[in-house]
Amino acid sequence: MPMKIAEAASERHVLAVTVDNEPGILAKITGLFTARGYNIDSLTVADITEDHAVSRITIVTNGPPSVIDQIEAQLERLVPVHKVTDLTTAGPHVERELALIKVTGTGEKRVEALRLADIFRARPVDTTTESFIFEITGPPDKVDSFIALMRELGLVEVGRTGIVGMMRGAQGA
Amino acid sequence: MTGQPDPAPSDNTPAMSGAAILVQCLIEQGVEFVFGYPGGAVLPIYDELFGDERIRHILVRHEAGAAHAAEGYARATGKPGVVLVTSGPGATNAITGIADAWMDSIPLVVITGQVPTALIGTDAFQEADTIGITRHCTKHNYLVKDPADLAATIKEAFRIATTGRPGPVVIDIPKNVQIAVPSERRALVRAGSHRYTPQTVAPAEQIIEAVEMIAAAERPIFYTGGGIINSGPEASRLLRQLQDLTGAPVTSTLMGLGAFPSTHPDWLGMLGMHGTYEANMAMNTCDVMVCIGARFDDRVTGRLDAFSPNSKKIHIDIDRSSINKVVPVDLGILGDCGTVLAQMIEAWGGRQPQNLGEWKARIAGWRARECLAYPERSAKNPGMIMPQKAVERLHALTHQRNPIITTEVGQHQMWAAQYFGFEDPNKWLTSGGLGTMGYGLPAAIGAQLGHPDALVIDIAGEASIQMNIQELGTASQYRLPVKIFILNNEYMGMVRQWQELTYESRYSNSYSDSLPDFVKLAEAYGWKGIRITEERDLDDGIMRMLDHPGPVIVDCLVAQDANCLPMIPSGAAHTEMLLYGDKVDGTMDDEAKALV
Repeated sequence: MPMKIAEAASERHVLAVTVDNEPGILAKITGLFTARGYNIDSLTVADITEDHAVSRITIVTNGPPSVIDQIEAQLERLVPVHKVTDLTTAGPHVERELALIKVTGTGEKRVEALRLADIFRARPVDTTTESFIFEITGPPDKVDSFIALMRELGLVEVGRTGIVGMMRGAQGA
Repeated sequence: MTGQPDPAPSDNTPAMSGAAILVQCLIEQGVEFVFGYPGGAVLPIYDELFGDERIRHILVRHEAGAAHAAEGYARATGKPGVVLVTSGPGATNAITGIADAWMDSIPLVVITGQVPTALIGTDAFQEADTIGITRHCTKHNYLVKDPADLAATIKEAFRIATTGRPGPVVIDIPKNVQIAVPSERRALVRAGSHRYTPQTVAPAEQIIEAVEMIAAAERPIFYTGGGIINSGPEASRLLRQLQDLTGAPVTSTLMGLGAFPSTHPDWLGMLGMHGTYEANMAMNTCDVMVCIGARFDDRVTGRLDAFSPNSKKIHIDIDRSSINKVVPVDLGILGDCGTVLAQMIEAWGGRQPQNLGEWKARIAGWRARECLAYPERSAKNPGMIMPQKAVERLHALTHQRNPIITTEVGQHQMWAAQYFGFEDPNKWLTSGGLGTMGYGLPAAIGAQLGHPDALVIDIAGEASIQMNIQELGTASQYRLPVKIFILNNEYMGMVRQWQELTYESRYSNSYSDSLPDFVKLAEAYGWKGIRITEERDLDDGIMRMLDHPGPVIVDCLVAQDANCLPMIPSGAAHTEMLLYGDKVDGTMDDEAKALV
C-alpha cells in the first residue's frame, strides 16, 4: 500500500492576542504558524493603547482541539506576547468584519444592488454612474452572503479586513 | 523588563560608545568568557575588548564552534554562554549552535554584528537577515537600532536566556550603533508590562493531587529529563530526596542523565529508542508516571498509541507548551522542576508509599534480561575491540575523577549514554534535540574553560569529529587539556545501522572513506596522538591519555559491524525492542520508513 498523508478533523477558533508593539512581532507570530504547520484563516492587527505600546492581534485559526491548545501555548511562549484569549471557548463574543465591495452595472441591476445594500445595511462610500463601492460591517457570514448576492449583480472587487472579536459583557479580556 | 527606566548617565561621565556599553553590560552580567570570531561588522566591539582584562575572549576557528563551546560552558557551569560573531557568514555559521541550544534549552546570549542601519536591506557586503533567520531558533531576538536601547536590551536578553525554560537569545547590533554614543538611556519596556513572567511555583492543590497520586500508586515511575539539570544541582538533590521518600524507580532521557546516580539500585537506565529493556518495560507497565522536566520526545515515546497505555500521567514542566503537546496527561503542573520537587517533598511529609515489592520484583525480572550485554567478539572483525567494551573501560578507568563527558552524535553517543555511568548533573554534555554532529569537541573546550581542573573527554566517532575538527587549534591555543576518544569503526555507524534495518544493508554513502591519520593530525596541532588497535592495549592507551597533561586524541579502532542495541525501531512500541541476538537485517513498510 502506498503511504497516504492523513488529515485530522478541525474546528474554528478566534484568538485575541495582546502583544508589545515592537518590530518583528507580526513576523514572529505568522512565522510560528508556518513553522509549526498551523492554519491562519484571517489575522488583523493594530495598536490599541494611547502610547502605541500595545497591539491587539485577532487570529482566526482552525485545527483539532489539541492543536488549538498548542497554538495558544506556543503564542504565550513568545516574549512580547502578554495574553492570549480564546474567544471561542471563553464564552459568548462578538465578531465583526468590514468589507469594501465594488459593483458595476446599470439599469435594473444597479437599482437591485442598491436595494440589497439597504437591506444589509451596507453603505455606498463611492459612486459613479456605473459603479458603487459598498462598505459593509458585520459578522463574517453576513459579509459572505452580501458578497454572494453582489456576485450576480456585477461584482468586480472585494477587500475584507478579517475579523476583530471581543467578549460580550462587562468583563475585559 | 519591568521597573523604572535606568538613570541617565551624569554629565561628567564620558559618553560611552555602543561597543563600550556592550562590554560594560557583559561585565555587569558576570560574563567570564566570550566565544567568538572577529569580522568587519564587529570590529568596534573587538577594539573595545582589546586589552580588557575583565573578559576573556576565546578565539574559535569557526563560528559554529563558538556557539557549541558556549553551550558546553553553559551546560557544565549552569551559567549563560556568550557568543560574539560578525554579520552575514559569521551569524549564519553560528546558526547550528543556536538551533542546538534552542532544542536543548541551553542559555546563550549571541551577539551578532550587522551592517550599518543605513545599509540594512540593500544587500550590503556580509549582510544577512540575522533576525529573520534566527527568529524560530531563538527564545527571543533583537535588532538594536539605537545605542540608547543597548543596556536595557542586554539586561533583558540575559534574563530571558537564563530564566523560565532557558534558551538562546540573539542581539543583532549594526556597526554604526556600536560606534555611536546614546543620546539618552532608556528602559526597554514601560513599567507594569505583562511581558515575560515565567511561573516557577506550582499551585498547592496540584502539588497535593500529585502527591496523592504517587502515594496511591502500586507501580510508580519517575521519568526525568534535562529540565532537572537546567533547574540547577539543587533539583537533582531534591529528586534523590523525593525518590528516597517514595521508592519509585527512576529512568531518564538522554538530556537528563546525571540527575539521578547510575549506581542507585532504583536506577533503570535511560529510556527510549536506545534505552534499557527495564526502563521501557517499566514505562509501559507503570500505573503512575511522573514526568519531571522531560517532553515526551519521539525518541522517548516510540509509537504514541502504544505509549504507556494504562498509566495516569503527571507532567511537571516550566514550559506550558510542553504539557499535552504530544502525550495528553492527567495532571499538568507548570513550574520549575526544583521548586516543584521541593513543594512535593514538603507536601509528602511523613506519608508512606505503597508496598512496591511486587513492582520491584517485576523490574528485577526485566533487568535479568541483561539488555546491555553484547557479544564478546564481532562477527565481521573478531579480533577488534567492541565499542561497548571501550566505553566500559573508559568509564572504569576515569569515573573516580568524576569526568565531564561530551559527545558527538551517532552510535558512539548512545554507547556513551548506555555504558558510561553518571553520578552527578552537569557532567554529561550531548546534543539531544537537534542531534548535531560536531558538537562534542567545541563543547568540551567550553566545559574545560568553565572547569579548568576537570577531566573533560569528548567521546566521538570518526565521522562526527571531522565536522568541527578545526577546533583542535582552539584547544591548543588556550592550552586546554581536553581528551578526544574516537570510537573509529570507519562508518557513520548509526546511518549504517538504519540502512541495515530499513534498506537491506545498502550502505549508501555511509562508509567513512579517506579518513585522516588521527594520530598525525593530533600531532600537527600540537596534541598527543594515541592509536589503540588491540583489546589488550585498551587500558594502557586510556591510561596514557589520562597521564598526558595536555590535549590528546585517542584513535580507538573498533569492530565495524557493532550495532547500537537495545533499539525500538521507528514506529514500534516500548514492548517491541530489538535486543542482541535479534535479526536486524531487513526492510520496513513506508509508514515506518517515513519516521525519523
